[in-house]
Amino acid sequence: MSGSARLLALPFLGILFVLSVLTPILPLPSPRAMTARPLQSPSAAHVFGTDDLGRDVFSRVLWGARISLVVGLASAAIATLVGTIVGALAGYAGGGLDRVLMRITDASLVLPTFVLILIVVAIFGANVSKVILIIGFTSWPQTARVARAEFLSLREREFVLAARSCGSSASRIVWRHLLPNALPPILVTATLRVGTAILTEASLGFLGASDPNAISWGQLLLNALQVMRDAWWTVAFPGLAISLTILALNSVGDMLAGRAVVPGQ
Amino acid sequence: MLRYAVSRLVELIPVFFLCLLLIFLIVHAAPGDPVLYLYGQHITTGEDLQRLRAQYGLDRPVAARFLVYLGGLARGDLGRSITTGHPVGQVIASRIGPTVLLMMSATVLAVGLGVLLGAVAARRPNSLTDSALMVLTLVGYSIPTFLLGLLLIMIFSLAFPLFPTFGMTTLGGNYAGLRQILDVLHHLILPAIVVAVWYLAVYARITRVSLIGALREPYIGTARAKGLSEWTVTFRHALRNALLPVLTNLGLQLGSMVTGAIVTETLFAWPGIGYLSYTALLQRDYPVLVGIFVISSICVLAANLLTDLAYALCDPRIRLQ
Repeated sequence: MSGSARLLALPFLGILFVLSVLTPILPLPSPRAMTARPLQSPSAAHVFGTDDLGRDVFSRVLWGARISLVVGLASAAIATLVGTIVGALAGYAGGGLDRVLMRITDASLVLPTFVLILIVVAIFGANVSKVILIIGFTSWPQTARVARAEFLSLREREFVLAARSCGSSASRIVWRHLLPNALPPILVTATLRVGTAILTEASLGFLGASDPNAISWGQLLLNALQVMRDAWWTVAFPGLAISLTILALNSVGDMLAGRAVVPGQ
Repeated sequence: MLRYAVSRLVELIPVFFLCLLLIFLIVHAAPGDPVLYLYGQHITTGEDLQRLRAQYGLDRPVAARFLVYLGGLARGDLGRSITTGHPVGQVIASRIGPTVLLMMSATVLAVGLGVLLGAVAARRPNSLTDSALMVLTLVGYSIPTFLLGLLLIMIFSLAFPLFPTFGMTTLGGNYAGLRQILDVLHHLILPAIVVAVWYLAVYARITRVSLIGALREPYIGTARAKGLSEWTVTFRHALRNALLPVLTNLGLQLGSMVTGAIVTETLFAWPGIGYLSYTALLQRDYPVLVGIFVISSICVLAANLLTDLAYALCDPRIRLQ
């Protein structure tokens, strides 16, 4: 299904990553410089046009990509780490600990975590590292479920029995023997976590609840709200950037999983 | 069955307590002294400060304060809004109707259309229709809610002014009866579509995968051999069994739908809980946000319990485990 479109996903993400790393040294107008004429439509000088304050939209979209990718990757890393630890404990230990951990995981999975994020932002304010921490620590349950299922099935295998009979400690078995085998599905989930984290950050930005000093895709769209009637490019380009990024991440996740992955799982 | 229901409920309660404790600790860790925040200008002596802290119970240990908080919750007391001073419970109750309307409409739209599209795609896997539908759903679950809302507003309100972009009723309309219902429906269409699209895409994909599986089952061969029409085979025999995963997801996704509702209601100024969350966020009115979290959590957990029970009713293997 849509095989050719999927082939574009990885190159797209690669180019986006390289561009966003290089953004500071690229010959672009500063994303905060209000030097151009406001609300210019796309032209050779400003390929994505300019916004209501005369800032270059292309430059702002690229700087926004940096924030999105940093938030996406870092909070997915936290979620994967926490989720793997919880899942490994539950799956390997089993019994009462498994039941307790899984009840907590299941509840965290269904609760409206976005409201929780808003509470934390309302109380402590937001900057990029806080946003990363909040998103990371609220999106581990999916990973925990995947990790648990893997550890549960792996711990019954012969090589674990062999390791145990050689006197390996439980922690050695978990980290050296089970984890490497459980890693592929965990990494697939991590890909999907990057996408959801980027979406969550963008939603926060759109509500004006993300880091007010950072340029993010959600904020670009929030600003575009005022001028979208006259300047479609202020909505179109940031919108295209975020949609294509999420689409590419979902496709890569799908592709890695080798099946029609249902999102949100 | 009753035993299963009770055991599920008993499992939920401690988790919910943990959740409340977490929220309580987060609020407890808030920087600044609430007494100074409220009375800062009027407090002149340390004695005043002590007296007010005692009056609000702030001099007691954290555990005792948590118990007081739980006691209040049990009586339906969610505290007061920082900005207006109104009881949080009342504030939320006055906004719950529009959100329920929005989320129910979105759910009906998502399940109805999602299952239909999934079924159409599953009829001929890997055909052109199937591929086209799957690309569409991929786009549907990749496009952020707020962007979809912006696009729909740009197209259907600005370029072609077919739908309103603001609120739930026409300002100054003062319609009654049927006119009023039609007016609300008119305002409802765009936000309901915006909330629904992501779920529509998800349900279409789930239905497709599980229907393709169901259509391979031997009983489908039997139904076909009996000479039943393809329509009956697909919709009456296979789809009924293929719907179970959709049912599970319906419960699971409710909490995330609250997120969609927050963004969408903010964008369309829909006067529900989501828009309330947004204004509370702007005013840093965290008692209201905590109240919204507590109430929506209760709703979500209850919905999940109901889904589990519905599932157990449909599938006896679950309750016998």
